[in-house]
Amino acid sequence: MSNNADAQVAKNNKTEKVFSWPNLVAKEFIAAILCTVILLAYSYYVDAPLRELANPGEPENPAKAPWYFLGLQEILVYFDPWIAGVVVPSIILMGLMAIPYIDTNPKGNGGYCFWDRRFAITVFLFGFIFWYALIVVGTYMRGPFWSFFWPWETWSFDFPTPPPSISLPNWLGIPALLAYFGFGMLVPAVLFWKFAKQLGFIRYNITMSLLLLMIGVLVKIALRLMFNIKYILQTPWFNI
Amino acid sequence: MNLILYLIRKLTETEVWKSVFRHGYTDTPRNRALQTISNVWLHLHPVKVPKHAVKIRYTWCLGGLTFFIFLYLTVTGVLLMFYYVPDVNRAYADMIDLMYVVPLGRLLRTSHRWAGHAMVITVCFHMLRVFLTGSYKAPRQFNWVLGVLLLVLTFLLSFTGYLLPWDQLGYWAIMVGTNMGAATPVMGYQGPFAEMLGVKINNDIRFALLGGTQIDAPSLLRAYVWHCIGIPIISGALMILHFWRVRKDGGISGPL
Repeated sequence: MSNNADAQVAKNNKTEKVFSWPNLVAKEFIAAILCTVILLAYSYYVDAPLRELANPGEPENPAKAPWYFLGLQEILVYFDPWIAGVVVPSIILMGLMAIPYIDTNPKGNGGYCFWDRRFAITVFLFGFIFWYALIVVGTYMRGPFWSFFWPWETWSFDFPTPPPSISLPNWLGIPALLAYFGFGMLVPAVLFWKFAKQLGFIRYNITMSLLLLMIGVLVKIALRLMFNIKYILQTPWFNI
Repeated sequence: MNLILYLIRKLTETEVWKSVFRHGYTDTPRNRALQTISNVWLHLHPVKVPKHAVKIRYTWCLGGLTFFIFLYLTVTGVLLMFYYVPDVNRAYADMIDLMYVVPLGRLLRTSHRWAGHAMVITVCFHMLRVFLTGSYKAPRQFNWVLGVLLLVLTFLLSFTGYLLPWDQLGYWAIMVGTNMGAATPVMGYQGPFAEMLGVKINNDIRFALLGGTQIDAPSLLRAYVWHCIGIPIISGALMILHFWRVRKDGGISGPL
């Protein structure tokens, strides 16, 4: 009996409503004022950057995109421009837009929780941190000619010549790619068949393709850093 | 003191006052509801919101702050337009004028720039908050999609503003960005499959962005028009949809 009453009280608390005026509006007002004060104070003490007049004859070295695109510029080291600058951001955006339609787990709607959505939250946080980690590397650790410097090193033009990179021959690269995506799709389906069944065939394939592509970027970075591998697949039209 | 109160009462009882301000601060439920619904700015809000929704630690105010910073950028941006001319021969000199001659110009320009960066940050963290609270789940799926589009537009707003000072920083940043556009498969002259369709440096997507084969006067004008008119209008339209959908999809998300 008392349990029932408690549940009823809890339910009422969840749906309990308050007037927007002043409960919400006052907080918004304070947030807006604080935001303005912080912005103006910061702007008063720190000037916005302004360099010399634009000069097409004198390239900046390093020339860097705005900071929020530096993650993409950073993976230019590991991928050709059409992948790093166009395909990767397009897939990220399509993947983001697909999230509500592939995540059919009804739990955790409207509150912070981890355990009921551990797969979704882990993947999203991984992507979020990956994006910002690349930005940090691109912003603070890339000097002239986009060569790597630790934050405590001074940028100089006197850096060792990078070792020559090698490309996998296609007889090795194509099976490697097929194996990565093939096993990547099949193994989780077997190991977590309940999860895969819950998602359904199409949703499972979209989810896993996006996940494998994201991990693939990390794998390619690792292959380059550890084995100096430039391309995995080479065709007359494009290389990956 | 009594005299002041008397005057205030007399003033608020006049016909002019009452025609402008329909109701005072009388603390009744009816009046609190009216405060919201009879005010064009406040009626974006529902009259009542769930108690959990006004907790700072639920939303962290991030969506509202993003919108507020957008408004801040609109106001400072309009003021900057009085002093800045998007002409390659003048733009940089106008920046110097803003920094050293125009009264409060330095604060205006600097805070506009930092606010632009701040908006990129708040919009990213707003997305993180919405994800972590599962707020994109049914019935709010489409509003998440609109949010992703607004994220892209925020990046583009900031990016187009980057060229406007016409300094080395902006010039070479836009060079990096638009060169990536040149690598677009099929549509960029350096991208895969471009040759097959006869896509060249003077008819590809980079050419459309820059208004030429290199960054020059037409590029500055294009960046300016997209930054001040084109993208704000598109963003504004999507924001209207985004806010409308928050209400129509059942209000702010919360425990079911």
